[in-house]
Amino acid sequence: MMNTTMKIIKYELFDVLRNKWLIGYALFFLLATDTLFRFGGGGAKVVLSFMNIMLFVIPLVCLIFSLMYIYNAREFIELLLSQPIRRSTLFRGMYFGLSAPLALGYLFGVGVPFLLHDNGAHLASLIMLLLSGVLLTFVFTALAFQIAAWQVDRAKGFGAALLAWLVFAVLYDGAILIISFTFADYPLEKPMLVLTMLNPIDLARILILLKSDFAALMGYTGAVFQHFFGSELGVVLALTVLAGWAIAPFWLGARFFRKRDF
Amino acid sequence: MDFMQNGNGVLESPVYNSNIMAADNQSDHQTVLLRIEKLEKQFGSLPVLQSVDVTIMPGVVTAIVGPNGSGKSTLIKSILGLVRPDRGTIWIKGQKINGDCSYRRHIGYMPQIARFPENLRVRELLYMIKDVRESEAKLDEDLWRIFALDKERDKVLRTLSGGTRQKVSAAIAFMFQPEILILDEPTAGLDPASSSKLKDKILQEKARGKTIVLTSHIMSEVEQMADDIAFLLDGQIRFTGKISALKAHAGATTLERAMAQMMEKGAE
Repeated sequence: MMNTTMKIIKYELFDVLRNKWLIGYALFFLLATDTLFRFGGGGAKVVLSFMNIMLFVIPLVCLIFSLMYIYNAREFIELLLSQPIRRSTLFRGMYFGLSAPLALGYLFGVGVPFLLHDNGAHLASLIMLLLSGVLLTFVFTALAFQIAAWQVDRAKGFGAALLAWLVFAVLYDGAILIISFTFADYPLEKPMLVLTMLNPIDLARILILLKSDFAALMGYTGAVFQHFFGSELGVVLALTVLAGWAIAPFWLGARFFRKRDF
Repeated sequence: MDFMQNGNGVLESPVYNSNIMAADNQSDHQTVLLRIEKLEKQFGSLPVLQSVDVTIMPGVVTAIVGPNGSGKSTLIKSILGLVRPDRGTIWIKGQKINGDCSYRRHIGYMPQIARFPENLRVRELLYMIKDVRESEAKLDEDLWRIFALDKERDKVLRTLSGGTRQKVSAAIAFMFQPEILILDEPTAGLDPASSSKLKDKILQEKARGKTIVLTSHIMSEVEQMADDIAFLLDGQIRFTGKISALKAHAGATTLERAMAQMMEKGAE
């Protein structure tokens, strides 16, 4: 006997794995990684260039694709909820049915070129790249689910998602830069640590760089992070907080979803 | 003997409910299939349902009618648990609805708009609903046959026309032989031939003792299918009872004229 969540996941996988946008997403990573390997020099450089791409692309695609999917499924969600099924079960099933194929698309797109070109030379970096990409997928899909459960209005939902992406992917680093310049005379380590924890994209970047030869490129927050925790504890801590970044919006979204009207 | 069956809906006050007496009678509690009491719902500051009382007996076809925006969909969605009412109670088979989902195994729902996951095949959609419902009942595949849906089984849902999706939606609602069928504008979007086939099926299920709640804007259709009527205007029930009683009250020969009169009266 499969439980109901697994059933929802199963059929959603049938649907999502055939989605042309998802296939395009996997192919994009495949092409990007492969091209970087062919023209971008050695494996270590590829890790770095690719990191900069994926830190932008994963959050954006997960937010927009998930929101589009949920908003389009509105009538079907209503039909499913008129069956003997709990709202929390459906929410859980839909979340994993959507985040799992997104994560798979990413793993496939990045993993295959690495296997073809790198012969495991940068295995540690690759693992961190894959792990942080998968975690970012779960984080931003959860954020999309929270937004969709909270905001019935499609346009407002997409607005909120784009704003979240803009803040995390672009504005946040700028703000940190301004803060560090403005308050250069003060001890900033601890506030900086807190600020880093508040941005999942920053955490993912640190996670990759802590285990690479490019620790110097970690920037201010990354350097503080390594200085405080060292690379081992740093990795564990970054992983934990990233997981929290997925769990919190998922939990909030499930609450909204249980209470809302359709 | 219950009051419903020979209820003579005389309109004495703006809100008259010929079922109230039956609903208040405790001995009827078991026989009443669906009972809605003092249901209230607001969206923001807009009241959508105001103290709505409806009693539905088993084996009766009830049409919920009213102009656009009168609260019909909200009422139906409250029964399905899709809308959480602010106040009031809904009983189904004597069981109060309060967040538990198991009562919905008695219900088959055909929504107004049929939209399904784009890349699923028709047969996968069926398996999905079947899996989720875990129904033990023998499947009723009449509508699959009547609408010739078997040849669509391997098609991807995205490629189906709107009418065909509507037929699939109807077939799913009837498939599990539920005791209660809730049909939101079931014939809208169907061609005349399919529409009359679906109406035949509805009447056939009625003859089998199924309880049916439907909405429609086509009054001739309501007269064909329904025994009782619940007339909603601005979120308030203005009449519940037999169709004949409504016509007699309004002094009109057709239901359509009777409805038009009531709407005008309500607007005053």
